[in-house]
Amino acid sequence: MHELSVTESVLEIACKHAEKAQAKKVTDIYLVIGKLSSIVDDSVQFYWDFISKGTLCEEATLHFKRIPAELVCLECGNKYTLDNDLTPCPQCGSARIRVISGDEFNLESIEVQR
Amino acid sequence: MSENRIKIVEKILNANDRLANTNRQKFDDAGVYAINLMASPGAGKTSFIIKTIEGLIADGVQIGVIEGDTAPVTIDSDKINAAGMPAIQINTGGECHLDAIMLENALDQMDLSPLDLVIIENVGNLICPAAFELGAHSKVVVASIPEGDDKPYKYPNIYRGLEVLIINKTDLLPYIDFDMDYFRQGVEMLNPGLTTFTVSCKTGEGIDAWLDWLKGKINK
Repeated sequence: MHELSVTESVLEIACKHAEKAQAKKVTDIYLVIGKLSSIVDDSVQFYWDFISKGTLCEEATLHFKRIPAELVCLECGNKYTLDNDLTPCPQCGSARIRVISGDEFNLESIEVQR
Repeated sequence: MSENRIKIVEKILNANDRLANTNRQKFDDAGVYAINLMASPGAGKTSFIIKTIEGLIADGVQIGVIEGDTAPVTIDSDKINAAGMPAIQINTGGECHLDAIMLENALDQMDLSPLDLVIIENVGNLICPAAFELGAHSKVVVASIPEGDDKPYKYPNIYRGLEVLIINKTDLLPYIDFDMDYFRQGVEMLNPGLTTFTVSCKTGEGIDAWLDWLKGKINK
Protein backbone atom coordinates (compact mmCIF):
# COMPACT_ATOMS: atom_id res chain seq x y z
CA MET A 1 0.00 0.00 0.00
CA HIS A 2 1.96 3.01 1.20
CA GLU A 3 5.19 1.09 1.53
CA LEU A 4 6.96 3.08 -1.18
CA SER A 5 6.73 6.32 0.79
CA VAL A 6 7.75 4.68 4.05
CA THR A 7 10.64 2.87 2.39
CA GLU A 8 11.86 6.20 1.03
CA SER A 9 11.73 7.57 4.56
CA VAL A 10 13.74 4.63 5.89
CA LEU A 11 16.39 5.26 3.24
CA GLU A 12 16.50 8.96 3.96
CA ILE A 13 16.91 8.51 7.71
CA ALA A 14 19.51 5.75 7.35
CA CYS A 15 21.60 7.72 4.83
CA LYS A 16 21.41 10.85 6.96
CA HIS A 17 22.82 9.06 10.00
CA ALA A 18 25.43 7.16 7.97
CA GLU A 19 26.72 10.39 6.43
CA LYS A 20 26.85 12.02 9.83
CA ALA A 21 28.94 9.11 11.10
CA GLN A 22 31.15 9.33 7.97
CA ALA A 23 30.44 5.68 7.25
CA LYS A 24 31.62 4.04 4.04
CA LYS A 25 28.50 1.97 3.84
CA VAL A 26 25.53 0.70 5.78
CA THR A 27 25.41 -3.07 6.24
CA ASP A 28 22.27 -3.55 8.35
CA ILE A 29 19.13 -1.63 9.17
CA TYR A 30 16.98 -2.57 12.16
CA LEU A 31 13.32 -1.67 11.99
CA VAL A 32 10.69 -2.09 14.69
CA ILE A 33 7.11 -2.47 13.52
CA GLY A 34 4.09 -2.68 15.79
CA LYS A 35 1.37 -5.16 14.95
CA LEU A 36 -1.09 -2.36 14.27
CA SER A 37 1.15 -0.63 11.73
CA SER A 38 -0.15 -1.73 8.37
CA ILE A 39 3.27 -2.32 6.88
CA VAL A 40 4.07 -5.39 4.81
CA ASP A 41 7.71 -6.51 5.17
CA ASP A 42 7.90 -8.01 1.68
CA SER A 43 6.72 -4.80 0.05
CA VAL A 44 9.24 -2.71 1.94
CA GLN A 45 11.95 -5.15 0.86
CA PHE A 46 10.71 -5.03 -2.74
CA TYR A 47 10.91 -1.24 -2.95
CA TRP A 48 14.13 -1.18 -0.96
CA ASP A 49 15.98 -3.21 -3.57
CA PHE A 50 15.15 -0.55 -6.16
CA ILE A 51 15.51 2.67 -4.29
CA SER A 52 18.65 1.88 -2.29
CA LYS A 53 20.71 1.37 -5.47
CA GLY A 54 23.57 3.84 -5.74
CA THR A 55 23.27 4.97 -2.12
CA LEU A 56 25.29 4.27 1.03
CA CYS A 57 22.61 1.74 1.91
CA GLU A 58 22.80 -0.24 -1.32
CA GLU A 59 24.06 -3.42 0.33
CA ALA A 60 22.23 -3.09 3.61
CA THR A 61 20.08 -5.91 4.92
CA LEU A 62 16.73 -4.95 6.37
CA HIS A 63 15.81 -6.56 9.69
CA PHE A 64 12.18 -6.41 10.76
CA LYS A 65 11.27 -6.82 14.40
CA ARG A 66 7.54 -7.19 14.94
CA ILE A 67 6.14 -6.25 18.32
CA PRO A 68 2.66 -7.13 19.55
CA ALA A 69 -0.18 -4.75 20.24
CA GLU A 70 -0.92 -4.29 23.91
CA LEU A 71 -4.29 -3.13 25.21
CA VAL A 72 -5.55 -2.02 28.57
CA CYS A 73 -9.14 -2.36 29.77
CA LEU A 74 -10.50 0.95 31.01
CA GLU A 75 -12.99 -0.85 33.29
CA CYS A 76 -10.87 -3.37 35.18
CA GLY A 77 -7.32 -2.32 34.29
CA ASN A 78 -6.47 -5.71 32.78
CA LYS A 79 -3.66 -5.59 30.22
CA TYR A 80 -3.69 -8.03 27.31
CA THR A 81 -2.11 -8.49 23.92
CA LEU A 82 -3.95 -8.60 20.66
CA ASP A 83 -3.67 -11.89 18.80
CA ASN A 84 -5.68 -11.37 15.67
CA ASP A 85 -9.07 -9.78 15.81
CA LEU A 86 -9.93 -6.87 18.00
CA THR A 87 -11.63 -8.34 21.07
CA PRO A 88 -13.21 -6.95 24.24
CA CYS A 89 -11.39 -7.43 27.55
CA PRO A 90 -10.99 -11.20 28.11
CA GLN A 91 -11.25 -10.67 31.88
CA CYS A 92 -14.41 -8.57 32.25
CA GLY A 93 -15.83 -8.41 28.71
CA SER A 94 -15.78 -4.61 28.53
CA ALA A 95 -15.38 -2.94 25.15
CA ARG A 96 -13.90 0.15 26.78
CA ILE A 97 -10.29 -0.55 25.96
CA ARG A 98 -7.30 1.49 24.89
CA VAL A 99 -4.38 0.51 22.72
CA ILE A 100 -1.13 1.24 24.55
CA SER A 101 1.38 -0.13 22.07
CA GLY A 102 1.50 -1.65 18.63
CA ASP A 103 1.66 1.52 16.56
CA GLU A 104 5.42 1.62 16.44
CA PHE A 105 7.18 2.10 13.17
CA ASN A 106 10.71 3.06 14.06
CA LEU A 107 14.19 2.85 12.73
CA GLU A 108 16.01 1.54 15.79
CA SER A 109 19.61 1.39 14.60
CA ILE A 110 21.95 0.85 11.70
CA GLU A 111 25.20 -1.07 11.40
CA VAL A 112 27.88 0.62 9.31
CA GLN A 113 31.41 0.13 8.00
CA ARG A 114 33.69 3.08 8.47
CA MET B 1 26.71 -2.95 20.75
CA SER B 2 29.67 -2.62 18.40
CA GLU B 3 31.05 0.79 17.63
CA ASN B 4 29.72 0.43 14.14
CA ARG B 5 26.19 0.11 15.41
CA ILE B 6 24.50 3.48 15.39
CA LYS B 7 21.47 3.84 17.60
CA ILE B 8 18.82 5.99 15.98
CA VAL B 9 15.33 5.28 17.34
CA GLU B 10 13.52 7.61 15.02
CA LYS B 11 9.91 7.40 13.93
CA ILE B 12 10.08 6.57 10.26
CA LEU B 13 7.38 9.08 9.45
CA ASN B 14 9.06 11.82 11.48
CA ALA B 15 9.75 13.98 8.44
CA ASN B 16 6.10 13.82 7.48
CA ASP B 17 5.00 14.66 11.03
CA ARG B 18 7.28 17.69 11.14
CA LEU B 19 5.87 18.99 7.89
CA ALA B 20 2.36 18.35 9.18
CA ASN B 21 3.16 20.69 12.06
CA THR B 22 4.20 23.36 9.57
CA ASN B 23 0.92 22.92 7.71
CA ARG B 24 -0.97 23.22 10.98
CA GLN B 25 0.83 26.48 11.70
CA LYS B 26 -0.24 27.86 8.30
CA PHE B 27 -3.86 27.07 9.11
CA ASP B 28 -3.56 28.60 12.56
CA ASP B 29 -1.91 31.77 11.25
CA ALA B 30 -4.77 32.22 8.79
CA GLY B 31 -7.43 31.46 11.42
CA VAL B 32 -8.65 28.49 9.40
CA TYR B 33 -10.07 25.28 10.85
CA ALA B 34 -8.87 22.28 8.85
CA ILE B 35 -10.40 18.83 8.51
CA ASN B 36 -8.79 15.71 7.12
CA LEU B 37 -11.73 13.77 5.70
CA MET B 38 -11.12 10.08 5.17
CA ALA B 39 -13.27 7.19 3.97
CA SER B 40 -13.37 4.22 1.66
CA PRO B 41 -14.21 4.88 -2.00
CA GLY B 42 -17.92 5.47 -2.41
CA ALA B 43 -18.71 6.23 1.23
CA GLY B 44 -19.96 9.66 0.21
CA LYS B 45 -17.08 12.00 1.04
CA THR B 46 -17.77 14.46 -1.76
CA SER B 47 -21.54 14.43 -1.16
CA PHE B 48 -20.87 15.04 2.51
CA ILE B 49 -18.61 17.99 1.71
CA ILE B 50 -21.25 19.46 -0.58
CA LYS B 51 -23.92 19.06 2.13
CA THR B 52 -21.56 20.79 4.54
CA ILE B 53 -20.96 23.67 2.11
CA GLU B 54 -24.69 24.04 1.49
CA GLY B 55 -25.36 24.06 5.21
CA LEU B 56 -22.77 26.71 6.03
CA ILE B 57 -23.09 29.02 3.02
CA ALA B 58 -26.00 30.98 4.59
CA ASP B 59 -23.81 31.77 7.61
CA GLY B 60 -21.18 33.25 5.30
CA VAL B 61 -18.60 30.59 6.11
CA GLN B 62 -15.89 30.52 3.43
CA ILE B 63 -14.73 27.01 2.67
CA GLY B 64 -11.79 25.76 0.64
CA VAL B 65 -11.60 22.15 -0.44
CA ILE B 66 -8.50 20.16 -1.30
CA GLU B 67 -9.29 17.08 -3.32
CA GLY B 68 -6.90 14.16 -3.27
CA ASP B 69 -7.26 11.72 -6.13
CA THR B 70 -5.03 9.02 -7.48
CA ALA B 71 -5.91 9.84 -11.08
CA PRO B 72 -5.85 13.21 -12.85
CA VAL B 73 -9.61 13.66 -12.91
CA THR B 74 -11.47 16.77 -11.78
CA ILE B 75 -14.86 15.17 -11.13
CA ASP B 76 -14.80 16.00 -7.41
CA SER B 77 -13.31 19.48 -7.67
CA ASP B 78 -15.82 20.34 -10.41
CA LYS B 79 -18.64 19.45 -8.00
CA ILE B 80 -17.13 21.65 -5.29
CA ASN B 81 -16.71 24.55 -7.69
CA ALA B 82 -20.30 24.09 -8.79
CA ALA B 83 -21.31 24.38 -5.12
CA GLY B 84 -19.63 27.79 -5.11
CA MET B 85 -16.37 27.20 -3.28
CA PRO B 86 -12.73 27.04 -4.39
CA ALA B 87 -11.18 23.60 -4.82
CA ILE B 88 -7.61 22.53 -5.43
CA GLN B 89 -7.01 19.13 -6.95
CA ILE B 90 -4.05 17.04 -5.84
CA ASN B 91 -3.19 14.20 -8.15
CA THR B 92 -1.22 11.74 -6.03
CA GLY B 93 0.13 9.98 -9.12
CA GLY B 94 -1.19 6.61 -8.02
CA GLU B 95 -0.22 6.99 -4.37
CA CYS B 96 -2.91 5.66 -2.06
CA HIS B 97 -2.99 8.54 0.42
CA LEU B 98 -2.21 12.20 0.90
CA ASP B 99 0.85 13.12 2.92
CA ALA B 100 2.04 16.34 4.48
CA ILE B 101 4.24 17.24 1.49
CA MET B 102 1.36 16.97 -0.96
CA LEU B 103 -0.76 19.14 1.32
CA GLU B 104 2.03 21.69 1.63
CA ASN B 105 2.19 21.95 -2.18
CA ALA B 106 -1.57 22.35 -2.38
CA LEU B 107 -1.55 25.08 0.26
CA ASP B 108 0.90 27.04 -1.88
CA GLN B 109 -1.86 27.25 -4.48
CA MET B 110 -4.65 28.18 -2.08
CA ASP B 111 -5.16 31.61 -0.57
CA LEU B 112 -6.14 30.82 3.01
CA SER B 113 -6.74 34.41 4.10
CA PRO B 114 -10.43 34.68 3.07
CA LEU B 115 -11.25 31.18 4.32
CA ASP B 116 -12.74 29.96 7.61
CA LEU B 117 -12.65 26.25 6.93
CA VAL B 118 -10.58 23.91 4.77
CA ILE B 119 -11.75 20.39 4.10
CA ILE B 120 -9.11 18.02 2.77
CA GLU B 121 -10.71 15.09 1.00
CA ASN B 122 -8.21 12.29 1.33
CA VAL B 123 -7.86 9.45 -1.17
CA GLY B 124 -10.64 6.89 -0.80
CA ASN B 125 -8.89 4.23 1.25
CA LEU B 126 -9.24 2.94 4.82
CA ILE B 127 -5.62 1.91 5.32
CA CYS B 128 -2.91 4.26 4.15
CA PRO B 129 -4.37 7.69 4.97
CA ALA B 130 -4.46 6.64 8.63
CA ALA B 131 -0.66 6.56 8.77
CA PHE B 132 0.05 10.07 7.49
CA GLU B 133 -0.58 13.18 9.54
CA LEU B 134 -1.43 16.16 7.36
CA GLY B 135 -1.64 18.93 9.94
CA ALA B 136 -5.43 19.25 10.04
CA HIS B 137 -7.13 20.11 13.34
CA SER B 138 -9.38 17.13 13.22
CA LYS B 139 -9.65 13.85 11.42
CA VAL B 140 -13.11 12.85 10.33
CA VAL B 141 -14.08 9.50 8.86
CA VAL B 142 -17.18 8.94 6.78
CA ALA B 143 -18.35 5.37 7.17
CA SER B 144 -21.39 4.22 5.25
CA ILE B 145 -24.04 1.58 5.76
CA PRO B 146 -23.40 -0.41 2.53
CA GLU B 147 -19.75 -0.95 3.50
CA GLY B 148 -20.87 -3.32 6.24
CA ASP B 149 -20.74 -3.30 10.02
CA ASP B 150 -17.38 -5.06 10.34
CA LYS B 151 -15.20 -2.22 9.10
CA PRO B 152 -13.91 -1.05 12.51
CA TYR B 153 -12.70 -4.62 13.13
CA LYS B 154 -11.03 -4.91 9.74
CA TYR B 155 -9.52 -1.45 9.52
CA PRO B 156 -8.82 -0.52 13.14
CA ASN B 157 -6.16 2.12 12.50
CA ILE B 158 -8.40 4.55 10.67
CA TYR B 159 -10.87 4.57 13.58
CA ARG B 160 -8.20 5.49 16.10
CA GLY B 161 -7.08 9.08 16.57
CA LEU B 162 -10.28 10.38 15.00
CA GLU B 163 -12.20 13.33 16.37
CA VAL B 164 -15.46 12.68 14.56
CA LEU B 165 -17.14 9.71 12.90
CA ILE B 166 -19.91 10.20 10.37
CA ILE B 167 -22.12 7.21 9.61
CA ASN B 168 -23.59 8.03 6.21
CA LYS B 169 -26.39 6.57 4.08
CA THR B 170 -28.68 5.80 7.01
CA ASP B 171 -31.54 5.91 4.49
CA LEU B 172 -30.30 2.48 3.34
CA LEU B 173 -30.64 0.84 6.77
CA PRO B 174 -33.99 -0.83 5.94
CA TYR B 175 -32.42 -2.59 2.95
CA ILE B 176 -29.08 -3.74 4.31
CA ASP B 177 -28.10 -6.11 7.13
CA PHE B 178 -26.09 -3.65 9.13
CA ASP B 179 -25.87 -4.33 12.86
CA MET B 180 -25.41 -0.83 14.29
CA ASP B 181 -24.64 -2.15 17.81
CA TYR B 182 -21.88 -4.41 16.52
CA PHE B 183 -20.43 -1.57 14.44
CA ARG B 184 -20.52 0.85 17.35
CA GLN B 185 -18.97 -1.65 19.74
CA GLY B 186 -16.02 -2.01 17.37
CA VAL B 187 -15.64 1.76 17.21
CA GLU B 188 -15.94 2.06 21.00
CA MET B 189 -13.08 -0.40 21.49
CA LEU B 190 -10.84 1.67 19.27
CA ASN B 191 -11.91 5.15 20.23
CA PRO B 192 -13.98 5.31 23.43
CA GLY B 193 -16.55 8.09 23.50
CA LEU B 194 -15.93 9.16 19.90
CA THR B 195 -18.21 11.96 18.70
CA THR B 196 -20.47 10.31 16.12
CA PHE B 197 -23.16 11.65 13.79
CA THR B 198 -25.48 9.41 11.81
CA VAL B 199 -26.49 11.15 8.63
CA SER B 200 -27.98 10.66 5.22
CA CYS B 201 -26.58 12.95 2.55
CA LYS B 202 -29.49 11.82 0.40
CA THR B 203 -32.29 12.94 2.73
CA GLY B 204 -30.31 15.47 4.77
CA GLU B 205 -31.17 13.66 8.00
CA GLY B 206 -28.68 14.29 10.80
CA ILE B 207 -26.64 16.89 8.89
CA ASP B 208 -27.74 19.75 11.19
CA ALA B 209 -26.20 18.11 14.27
CA TRP B 210 -22.89 17.80 12.41
CA LEU B 211 -23.09 21.43 11.26
CA ASP B 212 -23.70 22.57 14.84
CA TRP B 213 -20.59 20.72 15.99
CA LEU B 214 -18.57 22.21 13.14
CA LYS B 215 -19.80 25.77 13.71
CA GLY B 216 -18.52 25.46 17.26
CA LYS B 217 -15.04 24.85 15.87
CA ILE B 218 -14.91 27.52 13.20
CA ASN B 219 -13.37 30.75 14.29
CA LYS B 220 -16.03 33.12 12.98
